[in-house]
Amino acid sequence: MLRSVMWGGVAVLGAGALGVIALHQGESINALWLLTAATCVYLIGYRFYAQFVAHRVLGVDGTRVTPAYRRDDGLDYVPTHGGVLFGHHFAAIAGAGPLIGPVLAAQMGYLPGMLWLLVGAVLGGCVQDMVVMFMSTRRSARSLGDMIRIELGTGVGVLAQVGILMIMLILLAVLGLVVVKALANSPWGTFTVLATIPIALLMGVYMRVLRPGRIGEGTMIGLILLLLSIVYGGDIAADAYWSDVFTLQPTTLAWALIIYGFAASVLPVWLLLAPRDYLSTFLKIGTVLLLAIGIVLTQPELKMPGLTKFIDGSGPVFAGALFPFLFITIACGAVSGFHALISSGTTPKMLASENHIAPIGYGAMLCESFVAMMALIAACALEPGLYFAMNSPAALIGTSAEQAASTISSWGFLVTPELLTQTARDVGESTILSRTGGAPTLAVAMAQVLSSFLGGQSMMAFWYHFAILFEALFILTTLDAGTRVGRFMIQDFLGQVSPALGNTRSWVGNLLATTLCVTGWGYFLYQGVADPLGGINSLWPLFGIANQMLAAIALVLVSVVLIKMKRERYVWVSLAPLTWLLICTLSAGWDKLFHDDVRIGFLSHAAKFKAALAQGDVLPPAGSLAQMQQIVINDYVNATLCATFMAIVVSVAILGLRAGLRALRVPSFTAQEEPA
Amino acid sequence: MIKRLFELMRLMVGVPDYDRFVAHQRAHHPDVPMISRAAFIAERQQARYGGKSQNRCC
Repeated sequence: MLRSVMWGGVAVLGAGALGVIALHQGESINALWLLTAATCVYLIGYRFYAQFVAHRVLGVDGTRVTPAYRRDDGLDYVPTHGGVLFGHHFAAIAGAGPLIGPVLAAQMGYLPGMLWLLVGAVLGGCVQDMVVMFMSTRRSARSLGDMIRIELGTGVGVLAQVGILMIMLILLAVLGLVVVKALANSPWGTFTVLATIPIALLMGVYMRVLRPGRIGEGTMIGLILLLLSIVYGGDIAADAYWSDVFTLQPTTLAWALIIYGFAASVLPVWLLLAPRDYLSTFLKIGTVLLLAIGIVLTQPELKMPGLTKFIDGSGPVFAGALFPFLFITIACGAVSGFHALISSGTTPKMLASENHIAPIGYGAMLCESFVAMMALIAACALEPGLYFAMNSPAALIGTSAEQAASTISSWGFLVTPELLTQTARDVGESTILSRTGGAPTLAVAMAQVLSSFLGGQSMMAFWYHFAILFEALFILTTLDAGTRVGRFMIQDFLGQVSPALGNTRSWVGNLLATTLCVTGWGYFLYQGVADPLGGINSLWPLFGIANQMLAAIALVLVSVVLIKMKRERYVWVSLAPLTWLLICTLSAGWDKLFHDDVRIGFLSHAAKFKAALAQGDVLPPAGSLAQMQQIVINDYVNATLCATFMAIVVSVAILGLRAGLRALRVPSFTAQEEPA
Repeated sequence: MIKRLFELMRLMVGVPDYDRFVAHQRAHHPDVPMISRAAFIAERQQARYGGKSQNRCC
């Protein structure tokens, strides 16, 4: 009785908050309303929908022995306390994606982003994470790729594997681009991020040689040095000589990242990768908590309107209309295909009971969605004119504060040149114009939130560089770790051609696979950096399409397995989000290929430059005919990649449909579970 | 509570409980020589970061 009253209260509160948001269109609104609405929706989603899926649809069985007990080895398979495992799983799925997507999506206003984060997570993303975790738990904690091979056949397995490798490369490229955009011409940021390399090396040696196994001590030392590097970065930026040394051009940074990615991934893991991952993991969790506390304490007003005119697709941050590009852009915070890899990886090896699947699988994704919501709130709490100045490419708003302010004001977002230069000065940068990629915007937004209760105006520059460092550190670690994973995947494929090259102990095979992997993401990174429209415009949608494609593949697997489990009555639980994802990815892919607007369609963009090339004209941004040629080639490469994503997702869907229909005709349970 | 917090922090970076591992080895593989805490952590680092497992997200 008391419980029903309580849940009734949560429902009324959530509906009330949503109502206030709906009635406040056209005026500013306090972030607290969004937080309240979100929290209530998440709670109700968890209490009712997650429990329904867990108990009715999946039939989780708390008495069934999990792989953690069955295969207990004290290393990979370890029955783990539910709360501890929740933290582990959340740390594994939390990344830069859910922070960046919503910031980019803010150009359409806070409303579309907020609604998709809520609906997408509760009905799509959380369900995917939880059900994949359940299925992996019932199959000795097998990986997503293995499960697809076993349940859907080798052909689909290979298709999924190719898709996973491609999404990996595009992910690394787009994350690299975010770092380049954040550090270009920023001596303070560049210094602090470079300083992480010697700090991590020192930690590595400390934890391996000086005090073997003392990872707590090593990490504390590293964190202190990291904070010092942010503080002294300000002096570096103020010094005439050193600020020159650390002021790097975007292309230089791109090359530096490519060389770094190659070098870092062949070093022993204890020396650089592991220590930096320790720093980045704790910094990430700490920052997310700090941001949550900050938003609750400071309760900022959202200055961005609920809806902007850019829902028609003419926005400067990314091109494309609300449908389907908002869904592709937000990606990770609502539904993330990548989570299907994590949920089928280490976590199921540590589940002590199937009863933990709903809180960990569904619950951790709710938290991820909440993090994305905070990023959206932070971006929308900025002055909209400032937001557009930071996120519009120089090709649109020019390179001086006066030009930018007058262009953006003409869009209907009033802003003065003084605000733009003052903000740059506050955060210790020479300019904040066209700092695209999402990370700098989030950093300015976080600096405003954090400095208003920790340190005041004078601490803004510190908090800005703290936020940049946190994102860059995380991304560099991902570049390193991702290159290693990509190398293994490539060696897997090479091994099918020539067993000698597939041997992971062979130096030649290793070097070849690393080179292929780094060249793969390096190509897209460099192309993005050279792109005058900012690169994010072409790369982020490709990444979003790839990520949602992976989610669609995971949901195809889930749907087929549900039918094989003879739970076809409930297959809509995965078919509904699957259908929506297919509609979104395929129509976004189609637009990226064939749209007439040259800002959206790769082929129409190529055609425009080809036509000019035939006339012997050089169109800006190209400076020469050779660059014109390069732009045309890039367009074709992007178009091919996009078409491949679409081909993979369509084939998997058709093969999945066939497998599903076949399973429908069989009257008995045919899923390949490990017997209880 | 504090113990759980430390367990959580270690597990977040992929290092499970060493004492539990020791207990497991004693109980199930008494003939296998025990490895030190440092060697245990080194083994876990290689397993987590070597590239064979996907443990990072976007």
